[in-house]
Amino acid sequence: MSDEQHEGPSGDGGPAGPTSVEGPVGEPSLPPEVERRAARWIGFALAVSMLAAIGLFVSYVLGNQVQVQGVLLALALGGIAMALIMWAKKLFVPEVVTEERGDHPAGERELEAVAAAAAPGGEAIARRPFLARMLGGAAGLLGLSVLLPVVRSLGPSPGRSLFTTDWSRGALLVDEFSRPLKASDLEIGSVATVFPQGFVGSESSMAIVLRVPQGLLNLPDGRDADAPDGVVCYSKLCTHAGCPVGLYEKLYYQLQCPCHFSAFDVLNGAEPVFGPAPRPLPQLPIEIDDAGYLRAKGGFTATPGPGFWNRGSGP
Amino acid sequence: MTRKLFQWFDERLGAASFARKTLRKVFPDHWSFLIGEIALYSFIILVITGTFLTFYYVPSATTVVYHGPYRPLDGQQMSEAFASVMRISFQVKLGLLFRQIHHWAALVMVGAVALHAARVFFTGAFRKPRDLNWVLGVVLLTLTIGIGVFGYSLPDDLLSGTGLRVIYSIVLSIPVVGTWLAFLVFGGAYPPPDLLERLFVLHVMILPGAIAAVLGLHLAMVWRQKHSNYPGKGLNDGLIRGERAWPRYAFKATGLFVAVFAVLALLAGVFQINPVWVYGPYSGYIASSGAQPDWYAGWLEGLVRLFPAWEFRGFGYEIAEPFFPGILLPGVFFTIMGLWPWIERRFTKDQRIHNVLQYPREVPLRTAIGVGAIAVVVMLSIAGGSDVLASYLGLNIEAATKVMRALVIVVPLLAFAVAYLIARELKQSGVHPVRRSSMLTVRRAPSGGFVYEEVERGGFKSVEERLEEAHEAAGGAAGGAAGGGTDLEEQHA
Ligand code: HEM
Ligand code: FES
Repeated sequence: MSDEQHEGPSGDGGPAGPTSVEGPVGEPSLPPEVERRAARWIGFALAVSMLAAIGLFVSYVLGNQVQVQGVLLALALGGIAMALIMWAKKLFVPEVVTEERGDHPAGERELEAVAAAAAPGGEAIARRPFLARMLGGAAGLLGLSVLLPVVRSLGPSPGRSLFTTDWSRGALLVDEFSRPLKASDLEIGSVATVFPQGFVGSESSMAIVLRVPQGLLNLPDGRDADAPDGVVCYSKLCTHAGCPVGLYEKLYYQLQCPCHFSAFDVLNGAEPVFGPAPRPLPQLPIEIDDAGYLRAKGGFTATPGPGFWNRGSGP
Repeated sequence: MTRKLFQWFDERLGAASFARKTLRKVFPDHWSFLIGEIALYSFIILVITGTFLTFYYVPSATTVVYHGPYRPLDGQQMSEAFASVMRISFQVKLGLLFRQIHHWAALVMVGAVALHAARVFFTGAFRKPRDLNWVLGVVLLTLTIGIGVFGYSLPDDLLSGTGLRVIYSIVLSIPVVGTWLAFLVFGGAYPPPDLLERLFVLHVMILPGAIAAVLGLHLAMVWRQKHSNYPGKGLNDGLIRGERAWPRYAFKATGLFVAVFAVLALLAGVFQINPVWVYGPYSGYIASSGAQPDWYAGWLEGLVRLFPAWEFRGFGYEIAEPFFPGILLPGVFFTIMGLWPWIERRFTKDQRIHNVLQYPREVPLRTAIGVGAIAVVVMLSIAGGSDVLASYLGLNIEAATKVMRALVIVVPLLAFAVAYLIARELKQSGVHPVRRSSMLTVRRAPSGGFVYEEVERGGFKSVEERLEEAHEAAGGAAGGAAGGGTDLEEQHA
């Protein structure tokens, strides 16, 4: 009846045993008692499913209770799943078939034949190598001419944008609610996130200002003058991968990045002392104006944020 | 009735013989073959629930003020995207349930894909002729992780925002092209103006489309090559043994699909997942250290955390730190994985076609390498939560990081050695690791004396094996009777 049916090695008289055990499929051959019990369970599972589905209708009317709906949906689905699986396992007679895997790999003769079938075309193309190359060239050129502008318009040119921030000489330091900050607002140990006035939320300009005992400061390159009265300001962009460096360990005078726990030594120019950050946080030189407000003396001492290929061509 | 139906199609498509072959197609049966199916079903469920979510999700960073049933955030500023997720969670009927099913299904799918890959690896199913399909599988694995990471970022909540920032920096760090690439892929300097729109297109069109296409090929190859078999009596590489597709296998497979859906619905209903309203909307200048990525991204997070602060500068250019843990090492990992069938062949010189699988203990070295690789991923994932771990153990984070740096290398080496020794021992002694060979029982015989019997202890046994045994027990009597016998056995088991 079935051509792929294979009697298996048992035919060779080996000890392999039967390779094909087939029951009359779909025709249950279970003891009626067992079958009746299975059928009852399947019916029960389906009934549970139906009740749960009706329950879901009710739940829409009563409100949007996620736990109730989750359990009801699980019951409605689960009932059907159990029914299907029990049906398969209990009411269908299992059969195990062993047969030949079939027709591949095709073998030598077929390989010859396919090579022969491909040959005429291949030879015809090979006779005009120049044209064939031109065809490839034309297709490639067409592709490029259409793709390049598409890719190009995906984003702006990086230009100098990674090197510039919104800080300028004299810019007021304001907090996230645009309130200008006075030096006297900061006590020793306190920190504040600041932006240049008019640029609250600007990612590249985001900075953190803190006050430390002045005598402890030991900034490189004579930058102590840019931190009047021990008020020092650094970029808040982690030099590792750009997370906001938001944690301050007062005891150790360390700024910590919450992403991968790089730590920066506030007293020593925010040099990284631990973690994957490879460079210090750039410092923002600041001064205190006559009214006591904090103002920038210029931009950061280096390009803020994570590294990139041509960062060296920045300021 | 069915005849009429077949005739209708056959007259138009000549489909009768194809349908017959399909119905009678033989599927080998083993619990470990179900893992790939679970991955497939999770994907289908993700598409269903995800399509539902696209009706309501708004990929927009425009700031809006929230007014809705969730009181604690009332009056807060947030992105339209976050507000739309709030609406799905609190106002759309079945919204929260489907959102949570979607997220749970993502976790389950990546887990199933990873386990499935492990099954294929440890049983040598990647050998010729399935080496090609293994490569497609590795592509599927990376696509699956990628789609998950991007989906995680869509709600624009506090936790996902910082993850995106790190991903951006990783792309930015690629030598030579990184700066341009980041601007083209994300649409500008961070934070790019239409970031969420981009992620959305990636997450709901490009990546699912790619997965569907590659998955289609993957399954077509399984279909064409036919599934492999575990070793069995009388089996060889030219034979296949299993159940016909119709009806028992089809009922079981459909049942498994519905069961996976049921389990996900239960998880989603009972266990809250990603409650973004608790985290709050994203803000550029706050980062919370409690941020944990979904589990399948944990090993990447761990890599980025543990890698030393190396940055190479010269000639005015630099290779930035995130490139090494973010691109290079995962790239090396997936490349080796993808090329594994050829790497192994270089040593075994084995050019034959294999349709019978190997047990892990039969190939100690491969098994040990796989165990070592898994240990690396596990240790890195633990490192990804090193802050949580450190505070739990009362260590400071620096000490925890240093310890983890050592463990990431030491533990996999140990795991490799132990796995190798165990596998070699099992191979040499021929003992089955799970199924004890036999056990002695004592029974009172009717005659009054004692009878000693050796009884096979149950372990994992396939239907085939049990059938074979039942068949042998019945002395090779009619198949139907043997089948009935096993069914009874199953009932009492
Ligand atoms: C989207 C993710 C994936 C899905 C939905 C999927 C689905 C499936 C399914 C349903 C099967 C047949 C049943 C089974 O053997 O489990 C299968 C077989 C196979 N898969 Fe996958 N798979 C995925 C990813 C992978 C990965 C990551 C790998 C390896 C790196 C892989 C390699 C294979 C191989 C070699 C086979 C043939 C197995 C054999 O005949 O023994 N697949 N896949
Ligand atoms: S982003 Fe700051 S440590 Fe990684």
